[in-house]
Amino acid sequence: MAAELHVELVAADRSVWSGEATLVVARTTSGDIGVMPGHQPLLGVLESGPVTIRTSEGGTVVAAVHGGFISFADDKLSLLAEIAELADEIDVQRAERALERAKAAADAASERRAEVRLRAVAGH
Amino acid sequence: MGAQLRVYKRRIRSVTATKKITKAMEMIAASRIVKAQRQVAASTPYATELTRAVTAVATGSNTKHPLTTEAAAPARAAVLLLTSDRGLAGGYSSNAIKAADRLTERLRGEGKEVDTYIVGRKGVAYYSFRERKVADSWTGFTDSPSYANAKAVAAPLIEAVTKETAEGGVDELHIVYTEFVSMMTQNAVDNRMLPLSLEQAQEETAGKGEILPLFDFEPSAEDVLDALLPRYVESRVYNALLQAAASEHAARRRAMKSATDNAGELITSLTRLANAARQAEITQEISEIVGGSAALADANAGSDK
Repeated sequence: MAAELHVELVAADRSVWSGEATLVVARTTSGDIGVMPGHQPLLGVLESGPVTIRTSEGGTVVAAVHGGFISFADDKLSLLAEIAELADEIDVQRAERALERAKAAADAASERRAEVRLRAVAGH
Repeated sequence: MGAQLRVYKRRIRSVTATKKITKAMEMIAASRIVKAQRQVAASTPYATELTRAVTAVATGSNTKHPLTTEAAAPARAAVLLLTSDRGLAGGYSSNAIKAADRLTERLRGEGKEVDTYIVGRKGVAYYSFRERKVADSWTGFTDSPSYANAKAVAAPLIEAVTKETAEGGVDELHIVYTEFVSMMTQNAVDNRMLPLSLEQAQEETAGKGEILPLFDFEPSAEDVLDALLPRYVESRVYNALLQAAASEHAARRRAMKSATDNAGELITSLTRLANAARQAEITQEISEIVGGSAALADANAGSDK
């Protein structure tokens, strides 16, 4: 078994997911970044986007993360987000409705949020 | 039934009704404390990780950020006071208000102007009654605050901190709230949120003697700090709101418990008085009957002759 890293995905009001992983891909303001065990300590600002966690059991966890930070040190990775939802928690119909509403209202921020949600579900 | 007895009976009825209400409030508050405590616990991982990240950037880089360095001559400070929307919570709101008054006094003594921000109807009422200036206020969510509420409260504070002092910005940010220690103990405390005192932040996170690694910042230390600090303020405000909510419920539970106990005592003593009044009434009636029959007997004895 390859080395693994411990991931904590926490939202402002709850802990969303935690476990062991072999690879985490997240979107920072300067582009997508992949973190594997043994990566150098890192602290980055996240963009609204899907986060992919490859768990050590071989599964994949996808979460929609809206703003926040990624911090990695000593094989421990924390993803801090104001809002974070796992792909299986996302209500597709609701996100689609939100997307249409946001498009109609020309609200760029909520349009982006809804798109990220849908992308996270599709990537699952 | 005699007039005296009727008065007692009426008072017992009204106190019993009051006792039922306070008992219900006590139980509602007790169940809400548990929920509030759970919320505090749920928000803790985010707060700790965030504080750790802020400490890491602030210590691990030589960045000079206006939010982490103290102004040479701080001229203005913002005070955020957290009170409750509703009363019947004992000294909960007034303790927080007193703590805020003391802090304001101290800051004025140090030659700073103080802008007050208030959460909760009780605090707003106190300040408006005394015609004191309030920079901004929020009401309606002190029972169960959400993260969105914390964001709304933090937004003008962050804006005030980032503005230049000459344009009405503030150099320091203080928060006064009621810290939840246990079910029985809640303390009104004041904390300085900004500028960040690194020693304090370090104490909070690196209590286990952990040494923070040298981080690689993405995109850069300044940008990370810029993005981190507003979130840090929001998370601190959120945590304070949640603790204040838990404290409010605990204070209300305690106040209502003693109200219920007092009502019980009052009912006991009123029942005793009512019994005494009934006894007195009976005694009086008996003596009236005895006296009446004696008088009749005397009269009859007189007429027989």
